[in-house]
Amino acid sequence: MSATPVPAPAPPTPPAMRQVHGHWTTRVLAVLAKEFVQLTRDRLTYAMILVVPVMQLLLFGYAINSQPRHLPMAVLVQDDSTFARSVLAAFVNTSYFDITHTARSTEELDRLVESGEVQFALTIPGDFSRRVALGDDAQVLLEADATDPTATGPALAAAAGIASQGLSHDLKGALAVRASKPTPFEVVVHNRYNPESITAYNIVPGLLGVILTLTLVLMTALSMTREIERGTMESLLATPAQPIEVMIGKLAPYVIVGLAQTVVILVVGRVLFSVPMAGGWIALSIGVLLFVIGSLAMGFFFSTLARTQLQAMQMTVFYLLPSILLSGFMFPFRGMPGWAQAIGEVIPVTHFLRIVRGALLKGEGLAALWPELGALGVFVLLITALAMLRYRRTLD
Amino acid sequence: MTDRSDLAIDVKGLNKSFGDKHVVKDFSIQVPRGRITGFLGPNGSGKTTTLRMLCGLLTPDSGEGKCLGYDIVKQSDEIKLNVGYMTQRFSLYEDLTIEENLMFMARVHGLDRRHERVKQALERLGLLERRRQLAGKLSGGWKQRLALAAATLHEPALLLLDEPTAGVDPKARRTFWDEIHALSAEGLTVLVSTHYMDEAERCHDIAYIAYGELIARGTAEDILKQVGLVTWEGSGPGVDRLSGEIAKLPGVETAAPFGATLHVSGTDEGALDAALKPYRHEPFHWSRTEPTLEDAFIHLMGKSEDNFR
Repeated sequence: MSATPVPAPAPPTPPAMRQVHGHWTTRVLAVLAKEFVQLTRDRLTYAMILVVPVMQLLLFGYAINSQPRHLPMAVLVQDDSTFARSVLAAFVNTSYFDITHTARSTEELDRLVESGEVQFALTIPGDFSRRVALGDDAQVLLEADATDPTATGPALAAAAGIASQGLSHDLKGALAVRASKPTPFEVVVHNRYNPESITAYNIVPGLLGVILTLTLVLMTALSMTREIERGTMESLLATPAQPIEVMIGKLAPYVIVGLAQTVVILVVGRVLFSVPMAGGWIALSIGVLLFVIGSLAMGFFFSTLARTQLQAMQMTVFYLLPSILLSGFMFPFRGMPGWAQAIGEVIPVTHFLRIVRGALLKGEGLAALWPELGALGVFVLLITALAMLRYRRTLD
Repeated sequence: MTDRSDLAIDVKGLNKSFGDKHVVKDFSIQVPRGRITGFLGPNGSGKTTTLRMLCGLLTPDSGEGKCLGYDIVKQSDEIKLNVGYMTQRFSLYEDLTIEENLMFMARVHGLDRRHERVKQALERLGLLERRRQLAGKLSGGWKQRLALAAATLHEPALLLLDEPTAGVDPKARRTFWDEIHALSAEGLTVLVSTHYMDEAERCHDIAYIAYGELIARGTAEDILKQVGLVTWEGSGPGVDRLSGEIAKLPGVETAAPFGATLHVSGTDEGALDAALKPYRHEPFHWSRTEPTLEDAFIHLMGKSEDNFR
């Protein structure tokens, strides 16, 4: 085997400098294509892009009704007469009122309004038909739960028309002269709880719920996903800390933040908007505490689902939308169709709003608000359980 | 599996897949207590995954074993209490100060005399003066030393280090290794993954892993003996640029430039001689040299790649 000597290699020539080639549109296309691919990889964003507009459309289009009809009304009829029956029929015919309860006493009527089972209470006094016949200032009393003036406003406007039209069929013959008076009888409207129908009274408690939801859910959702994004989760998981310990440790500081926010909002509501604070402090305090913990737990739960801070933020927005639209904060709860009310019932803000409005505007205590407090309690337990189930103890 | 108390790690048949990627395959290893074992292998060979399975951060798909006598699947809480794990990427809180990070670790491990321990750790690190500085503001070398201090604060019996000195300058690396040897002298068992050959030589034992499989195991000399390489060192102008063509010749397993010289290795002495014959002329000079650990690893890496394909 004769080996031919190999010459030493010549020093390599440096490669030519690369020039920028191609049209600018190519580079735009490159970025565009990359973004699109990344978007399709991020399924959550994808879902959000599609679901959020559809959800908003459905909610605004169908669920939200700023002219709520078929509001529940209790009646107390002390005058069993044709006139009284015609007045009731006239109320129902406006389509704003549904007679859901027939009370036997003023006490029963009061209780129905207080508990929120009905929005309106109508009393037809015993001397109604006699006074109509005599033209002697006949009156019916319509009491409205005006906690949320937007809900009651259109119905009350319709009620005003009943006085002039409601008895036109009954006032014939000798009585026809009564129909010609400005009105044969008068509908006296009593706004309970918010007599001046000041919207701020309703909005401030509502804002409390929405602000707490937004900030608290976001805070815990971000705080856990930040650990994942920054890589500190690996160290945290390598420590002996248990999931529930991590959760409590994460939530506790924010409970204080939430309580501080509550105090600020209530003080501002009192000072700037003179929102009435009728009492119910114990129920309110328990409600706020449960709601703050529940919202934080919700954020923690989101963080066990989200991989990045952005996803956590999107989930928060996703959760916030129905909380604003279906809870009775922005639009009257009773104005929504049944299915929307059913969704609203499972949103914690709905129950929180009832507690805050009930306590602050009506002075309701534990006795009246325990179902709402119970609902919040169930929410806290359920979400904590879900978060614990979903909490990843490993990096799998 | 028999319980052997002289083993810090004793695992058998570990498997782990992510999707359709089989990252760790039938991995078994025994690591004796009180020694520093180097964990080597190319990127993506499953080193990090293995370390994470050992400290309970990942659940193996199959396989069993013990870490400090605790079952790696069922007793991860006990393992976490007794193992110090230093992640590849800095994973302490950059928005906390040095002292706050150490205090967090002390609390989360439920240690007693926390202030004293943290102070001792700060003194040992020489960071007592800078303890109120944010951890994120530290340089790479200091970050790694802080991470080491945080991982050893609870006095673990086993320390798992995942490429602790990646991207750290040589001086800081040396300090780091001095600390590891000091800890080992106190009886700590160390399993450290690394890419650096000089670091591999500072370990008592070496385990070489490639494509999820353990390929070589033993001391540095053991591994060199196992591989049985013959290595020629070529010198002369431009010799390093011949690596490409020499590597293709029969009998040559690796041809790797080392600065201005070229290391040509093969397991068959005769074939290697024949291959190098055409190059034995001026300006090149050839001499037999002891194969380094790096030669052995490049050989192992090439071999495992062939098996893998």
